[in-house]
Amino acid sequence: MNNMNSSISIQNLDLAFGSVEVINDLNLEVHDGEFLVLLGSSGCGKSTLLNCIAGLLDINDGQIHIKGKNVTWEEPKDRGIGMVFQSYALYPQMTVKGNLSFGLKNAKFSKKEIESRIAHAANVLQIEPLLKRKPAHLSGGQRQRVAIGRALVRDVDVFLFDEPLSNLDAKLRADLRVEIKRLHKRLQNTMVYVTHDQVEAMTLASRIAIMRAGAIVQLDEPHNIYNKPLNRFVAEFIGSPSMNFIEGNLTDGETPHFAFDNLQVPLQAYPFDGKGRMSGPATLGIRPEHIVTGAALTEVPWSTTVEVDVIEPMGSDTLIWSKISDQDFRFRVDGQSTLRAGDSVEIGFDPAKICVFDAESDLRL
Amino acid sequence: MNTKTARLSSQQPSGPKPKPLFSRHNVFLYGTLFIVAMYYALPLYVMIVTSLKGMPEIRVGNIFSPPMEITFQPWVTAWSEACTGLNCDGLSRGFWNSVKITIPSVILSIAISSINGYALANWRFKGANLFFTILIFGAFIPYQVIIYPLVIILREINLYGSLAGLVLVHTIFGMPILTLLFRNYFSSLPEELFKAARIDGAGFWGIFFKVMLPMSMPIFVVAMILQITGIWNDFLFGIIYTKPETYPMTVQLNNIVNSVQGVKEYNVNMAATILTGLVPLTIYFISGKLFVRGIAAGAVKG
Repeated sequence: MNNMNSSISIQNLDLAFGSVEVINDLNLEVHDGEFLVLLGSSGCGKSTLLNCIAGLLDINDGQIHIKGKNVTWEEPKDRGIGMVFQSYALYPQMTVKGNLSFGLKNAKFSKKEIESRIAHAANVLQIEPLLKRKPAHLSGGQRQRVAIGRALVRDVDVFLFDEPLSNLDAKLRADLRVEIKRLHKRLQNTMVYVTHDQVEAMTLASRIAIMRAGAIVQLDEPHNIYNKPLNRFVAEFIGSPSMNFIEGNLTDGETPHFAFDNLQVPLQAYPFDGKGRMSGPATLGIRPEHIVTGAALTEVPWSTTVEVDVIEPMGSDTLIWSKISDQDFRFRVDGQSTLRAGDSVEIGFDPAKICVFDAESDLRL
Repeated sequence: MNTKTARLSSQQPSGPKPKPLFSRHNVFLYGTLFIVAMYYALPLYVMIVTSLKGMPEIRVGNIFSPPMEITFQPWVTAWSEACTGLNCDGLSRGFWNSVKITIPSVILSIAISSINGYALANWRFKGANLFFTILIFGAFIPYQVIIYPLVIILREINLYGSLAGLVLVHTIFGMPILTLLFRNYFSSLPEELFKAARIDGAGFWGIFFKVMLPMSMPIFVVAMILQITGIWNDFLFGIIYTKPETYPMTVQLNNIVNSVQGVKEYNVNMAATILTGLVPLTIYFISGKLFVRGIAAGAVKG
C-alpha cells in the first residue's frame, strides 16, 4: 500500500469537533526527506492536520502511516516524531538541559546516551552555553532553538513544526528560517511545517500544500504554486503584493485573446492547459512584479497606458497603485523611479506570465 | 534645577505635572481609607487590651483605655484552665482536635481536587463536561439539605462522632470549589506545554508531577489558604459531626464564651477568641501576597 519512499501517508482522514467538520477525507503523501509546508490562513485546518499526524488529536476516520507503520492508534511518543510549537512550550521550571533530557528520561535511556545526545543537539544548534539556564532567561530566538533541540535529541524520522517562527520579530524570523533550512539540509529528515507566512513557505518548502477549509487546494513545488496556481484562491494567496485581477471575456479562434473594456490581450503565448473551455467570461491575473515599464516594453506584445494613483516606496522597489477598467491595479517599478501621483505611464506584460481563470469556477484555464 | 527649566516651568506647563500633597482628592481618599481602617482595627485593639486586663479593671468600664497592670493570666486560663462542660483543660484540647481535623482534610481535599482539575482541564475524557457540571452543581446545594443524610451515612459506616468522619465531610465539601479552582488554573496554562510533554512520552502522572505541579505553586497556596481557614473556622460541621471529646476549637470557644454559669470573664473570652483566630490570621499574614496572585491567576480564564 505504501511505497518505500513515503515517509508520512495520510489516507481518507476525517476529523470533526462535535458537529463541526474540520478535515474531510484528506489524503496526503509526504516523501522521505521532504520539507512539506502546510500553508493557509488561520482556521483552515493546517495546525489541526499537524496535530493529527502527531497523535495529539483523535481522528474520526481514516489512517495515518509514518515510515510504513500504521500509527493511527499509537500514542504521540510512539510515532517517531518530534514537534516544535509556536509558543516554544518549554518546561519553565526545568533548565535547558532538563528540557532536552525530559523525553529521553521518560523513554528510559541510559545517562550516557542522554549526555551524548544532548551534547550533539547542543552542538548542532549552538546552545551549549545555555544548557544550565532556565527558559525565562533566554531570548525568543534562543528558546525556539532549544525547542528545536528537544525534537532533535529524540532522533526521530519526522519533524513537525507548528508555526515555529510566528512569535519572533522580523529579523530573528529571517535568521532562524535560514537555520531551519540548513538543519534540514544537514539532517535530511522529513519535515512538516505549518505556517501562514508565504515567505516561509516559499523559501523552505520542497513542496507546499495550500489548505482551505480543511482540504488541500494545491500541492506542488513552490515554483509551480507561484507560476501556475490551480485556481484564483491560490493565485491570490501567494505573492505579496497579491496578484491583480481583471474581469473580461475570453475569445477562442485563430488568435485567442482576452478582452476587457476596449482592450484586447493576445493569448497565443499563454500555456492553456487545454482541459477547460476556451471562451466566455474569465478573469485575467497578473502579478505586480511581472508588469514592465520603460525600455522593457519593446519585448512584450501588449501594452496600455494608466494613470498613477498612489505611490508606495519600499526602498528596493516602489509599488504603484493605478486603475484598469475601474479595478485596482498594482505594479512594481524600480525603487529609483521618479513617478508621481497623476503621471501617465505605459505598462505592459508578457502573456506567457499571466494566469487566466474561469469566471465561474475560478479554476485556471 | 538649571535656569532653563526654571524659566520654562514658570511660564507654561513643562515636565511632570505637579501633584499637591493635600489636594481635595488626596484628603478624601486617604481620609476615607483611614476611617475604614480604624473601623476594622478598633475591635481587635479592644480585644487585645481587654485580654491583658484583670477583671476589676474591666469592671471600671473604660474599654478603650490600655491596661494599667498587664496580666497574662487570662491567656493561660483560656488555653489550659477554662471549663467547657465537665472538662476543665481550656482550649488546648480543641486546638489539637482542630489540628487533627484540618491537616488531613486540607491535604486530602487538595490532593484529590487538584488531580480532578488536572484531568478535567487537560484530559478531556468522555463525559468530562457532565462530570464537571455535576461537581459544580454540588457547590450550590445548600448544606442544610445534606446535613441529616450525612449523619445517617456516617453512622452507618461507623464514623459518626469521630475525627475521621469530620475529615471525610470536609474533604467532600471542599471538592467542588477546589476542583473548579484547579481546573481553571490548569486550563490557563498553555496547552502546548501539555502537548509537548505528551510527545516527550510523559504519561498522566508524569505530566502532572513533573510539568504541571512545579508551575502551580500559586494556586496550591490559594487552595491551602482557602481550606485551612475554612476548615479551621468551621463551626457547623464541627458541632454536628463530633462529640465533646472531639470538638474542634471553634465549638469549644463557643462553649466557653457562651457559658451561662458564673461570672462572665471577658478577659478570658477575649484571649480565647484571639487564640482561636490566631491560626487563620497567621496564614493570611504569611501568604497575603501569594494569595492575591493565585486568585488572580485562577480567575483569568474560565
